[in-house]
Amino acid sequence: MSRQTSRLDAKKVNSELLTLTYGALVSQMLKEIENPDDVNKQLERIGYNMGVRLIEDFLARTSSGRCLEMRETADKIQQAFRLYLNMQPTVTSWSNAGDEFSLVWDQCPLSEWVEMNNSSLKYCALIPGAIKGALQMVQLDVQCWFVQDQLKGDAVTELRVKYIKRLEDAVPAGED
Amino acid sequence: MADDILFELLHSEIINYALDQSKSNDDAAKKEVDLSNVEYIGFAAGYKVMERLTREWPRFKDELDTMKFICTDFWTCIYKKQIDNLRTNHQGVYVLQDNSFRFLTSFSNGQQYLEYAPRYVAYTCGLIRGGLANLSLNSVVTAEVQAMPSCKFHIHVQRT
Repeated sequence: MSRQTSRLDAKKVNSELLTLTYGALVSQMLKEIENPDDVNKQLERIGYNMGVRLIEDFLARTSSGRCLEMRETADKIQQAFRLYLNMQPTVTSWSNAGDEFSLVWDQCPLSEWVEMNNSSLKYCALIPGAIKGALQMVQLDVQCWFVQDQLKGDAVTELRVKYIKRLEDAVPAGED
Repeated sequence: MADDILFELLHSEIINYALDQSKSNDDAAKKEVDLSNVEYIGFAAGYKVMERLTREWPRFKDELDTMKFICTDFWTCIYKKQIDNLRTNHQGVYVLQDNSFRFLTSFSNGQQYLEYAPRYVAYTCGLIRGGLANLSLNSVVTAEVQAMPSCKFHIHVQRT
């Protein structure tokens, strides 16, 4: 055999395949669901479902404990970005009450090779969905939305995360 | 670079999405699940990824050489192992057998989930078809799962 060793980098190929698969999914959705706002909703729901499962992997891998404060949560989210997407978003723009912050990044594997015309589509809507889903599993209800988006011509992409409330464990029915 | 688990989760969510879509489109044919979307997404991704993979690769000698590339390098990158068995009749039919297919390994080995197996191989069928299409081989790819987690992909190269 002439080709003993593979010249392909498995990690890189997988990452590219993820990017391209996601792109194919988004374009397929746009074909089926004509309204971009509905596509955003679908993408966010997909992200939510992924986040719900991803948090288990995250907790198992990082063995991190419970977050008592939003600042800790922000750190963990940053760590998750590093772990899963190999990104380094910066955490900035804290609100005075400390319940709202921004994640800012200028490069995201998901939106590599993507160009968009001006539509209301939020290409990366998967990410806020995933954050919301993951945090819900650790009893945090948050709101996530894009403030700036590179695909829309902004210099960076900015995702705003706002703490809403702490979810309480519900008492099982029939027990007091 | 993204982690593997993201790809796995996305893959299962694509299937979920396609199931939802086919349910809402047509309630009468509930039993027949429409997987053409999943296959198409695989095709589009396979087509593009192949372009990137083979950029710095010497030209393939012939069809069999191309298939060998799919079975070894391509498969190792995506499915973490090589194809276990490649058979061909030298007339355009290739059978690729993977004895523990990545998307099926997390299922029970029994018969219980066998009916759902087609959902988890549709994307890969498209991926192979798309990859080959970019190497200018038109093909029809089908999969056959007889016992989890092993899977056979039948590639039928169309010659006109």
